[in-house]
Amino acid sequence: MIAEIGHFALILALVFACSAVIVSHLGAISNNEAIMQRTVGFSFAQFIMALTSFAALMYSYIISDFSVLNVAANSHSLKPLLYKISGTWGNHEGSMLFWVLILTLFGAAVAFGKSLPLRFKARVLGVQSLLILGFLLFILLTSNPFERLLPAALEGNGLNPLLQDPGLAFHPPMLYLGYVGLSVAFSFSIAALIEGEITPMWARWVRPWTLVAWTFLTGGIALGSWWAYYELGWGGWWFWDPAENASFMPWLAATALLHSAIVVEKRDALKSWTILLAIVAFSLSLLGTFLIRSGIMTSVHAFAVDPERGIFILGFLAFVIGGAFSLYAWRAPKLAPSGLFDLVSRESALILNNILLSTFTAVVLIGTLYPLFYEASTGSQISVGPPFFEFGTRLLMTPLIVALGMAPILAWKRGRLSKAFQITIPAAIVALAVFVLTIWSDINGLIMTALGLGLASWLVMAIFLDLAQKTQLFKTPSRAIKRLWNLPRATFGMHFAHFGLAIILFGITISEAWTSEKLAFMAPGQSEQVGPFTYQFDSVTPFAGPNYTGIRAQFTVLKNGVRIATLLPEDRVYTDPVTNTTEAGIYPLPSGDLYAVIGESGSGGRWSVRLYFKPFISGLWLGAGLMMIGGVLSLSDRRLRLGAPAGKKYTAPKMPKPAKSEV
Amino acid sequence: MQRFFPLLIVIFLVILFAYMLRDGRNPSEIKNIHVGEAIPQFSLTDISNTREISDQTILNEKTPILVNFFASWCVPCRAEHDNLMALANTHNIRILGIAYKDQPEDSRAFLEELGNPFYKYGGDINGSVGFEWGVTGVPETFLIDSNGRVQYHHYGPIVGDALHTKILPQLKNLSQ
Repeated sequence: MIAEIGHFALILALVFACSAVIVSHLGAISNNEAIMQRTVGFSFAQFIMALTSFAALMYSYIISDFSVLNVAANSHSLKPLLYKISGTWGNHEGSMLFWVLILTLFGAAVAFGKSLPLRFKARVLGVQSLLILGFLLFILLTSNPFERLLPAALEGNGLNPLLQDPGLAFHPPMLYLGYVGLSVAFSFSIAALIEGEITPMWARWVRPWTLVAWTFLTGGIALGSWWAYYELGWGGWWFWDPAENASFMPWLAATALLHSAIVVEKRDALKSWTILLAIVAFSLSLLGTFLIRSGIMTSVHAFAVDPERGIFILGFLAFVIGGAFSLYAWRAPKLAPSGLFDLVSRESALILNNILLSTFTAVVLIGTLYPLFYEASTGSQISVGPPFFEFGTRLLMTPLIVALGMAPILAWKRGRLSKAFQITIPAAIVALAVFVLTIWSDINGLIMTALGLGLASWLVMAIFLDLAQKTQLFKTPSRAIKRLWNLPRATFGMHFAHFGLAIILFGITISEAWTSEKLAFMAPGQSEQVGPFTYQFDSVTPFAGPNYTGIRAQFTVLKNGVRIATLLPEDRVYTDPVTNTTEAGIYPLPSGDLYAVIGESGSGGRWSVRLYFKPFISGLWLGAGLMMIGGVLSLSDRRLRLGAPAGKKYTAPKMPKPAKSEV
Repeated sequence: MQRFFPLLIVIFLVILFAYMLRDGRNPSEIKNIHVGEAIPQFSLTDISNTREISDQTILNEKTPILVNFFASWCVPCRAEHDNLMALANTHNIRILGIAYKDQPEDSRAFLEELGNPFYKYGGDINGSVGFEWGVTGVPETFLIDSNGRVQYHHYGPIVGDALHTKILPQLKNLSQ
């Protein structure tokens, strides 16, 4: 009964989405406010129906209703409650339903907002509803999560044990909030293209939504890489896997969009480009979904492959992205820039940021799709490995970070490079000193390590110098604190995010260069030296969890004979389905992570073990956390919250029909 | 003109994806380039006091043989060892062993401990022979017909029912 309610709610959501699309268009062409206003109600209705449907599926998971095919295929009665709940979105059908839920959530949030002119709001909601309509059709026609199983199964198949992990329970929701959040920027762009004009107000409306999406996407990617780091058990955290790239490309595009939207907002320039980026960012989200759900590529994230689904998503993809770019090609000539600026200016610096970030996006896209292209044209297979991506990263991120240190200092419209140089000279000296010292100390002799450390130091120093400049720390230190307090939150947000990038860079560089690693075949009682640490293998004991059995090894880690940590790596065998998973034993020290993995047993009571010391690897997640804080700080800036009063100043001269479009 | 570029890229990608979605394509299957082809040229390091072992050794055989890549450091190789012994002793199949990236004394100790299923074995100490054969790890096993062509390629250990559902039926096909 509950499942049928869920199914019915989904069909109702489809009806409401359809109605919203029609009403939005009718309202706009007839310029009838009462009709336009209907889209708001329909958007709320879509959200409520999607929520009902999702709740019904989650309920079926919680009570382990194995008469629902999806629950029987992906859950198990012995699973802990958290994983029963996370099982709702841990499979293809449920995750698509979750995707729709978030689409409708964002639609309802836009509908709830008061600052948009009604006509524009109705357009945005119409586009958003069209996206919802497409995904609902996809679910109902090819991936119905409420399909019944008769007779009901006595027991479920279980959730993939690799996914039974607290980190991963929250990885998909975060990531989807990010992916789907970009749909709002997309809908705003399409609405603006249909209406045929883009104002600085448009950028001010679209930027918070992009920030929300970007913040969640950052968190989702970081959680995913953290999970890979401790669950997959080989100490890696990024593999340039198609699924990882699928989340990284929208992130890069969204990052570029965040920066270019500032230029539209402040200077009324880069309009056409910003619209393009907003479309590209969401298109890359859709592309990622297609690549992973259609089974066209292999990936650690493979879902059950079904060609019918692939064709449906491809058709939808072609319609949405192709339609968006056709509209763009048609309307782009109308988007003439009005703000002019010099070669040396904040605008130029942000353009450089955009060129580098979008080139990087293109590099990742080409690297991800090249094997497909190669197979289609030659019939044989190749894979594009990390060296390609790493080369691209280094080549493009180096100038980006150098520019990033200077850009905040440059003035809008017309900046002075000499002044920026003057302020950042100490940072350049520090960076150069770090670079030379690293080369000189000759640890691994790698120029890349020196470059990474130099760049990260440059960035940290440049951020400090910019803040010192803005607060006049060196001129009147007594009032610096007060000045710091009065800086806009967005400035803090920017510096937090940039500082996060520096910390990530430190984390990557230091852990890559100074990781100590040992693969050994050890018996309890033996010990191994890993870097400055002695790993003493104490014991292996069998144990049982709620739905798995396994062995747990105990390692005592000593430094100079003093015990500093105990590591308990596990090797688990889950019962349903029977799967092996490794749980690395990790102990974070301020200087880095102690990391141990227990593998298979061999003859003579010996075990294959992998022992690592990974210095400052936590910088990766710390940095991502700082970026998220930056995003939230920027969102809380009062200039964004108080959009309405500032809006009139901008909109009055630009909107051709203000009387009709104001609520 | 440039405003049409994004659209053109999308059209190109959609055509590419549609083509790659056609039936019967499994992206997770890594095709070994040698299946259906003649074996590659190679020669092994002598680690068992035999005469030189090379592709010619296989070409001289009149019956189908198996080529097995193994290593003493490889735990799954231990798992499949009983099945290799059964193939050699019960089914009288000749198996050529190639010790992949392994020290000769370790390979010898491994075979001494578990028994030797190989009618001949040699060393591929730096992995260059494995590269020629396109192995992605150990153990991997190739079935060579009497004309010196690779007929079947088995990834990973021959464990569970793989011996009865895969290796033996393939051998039976060849001997008919």
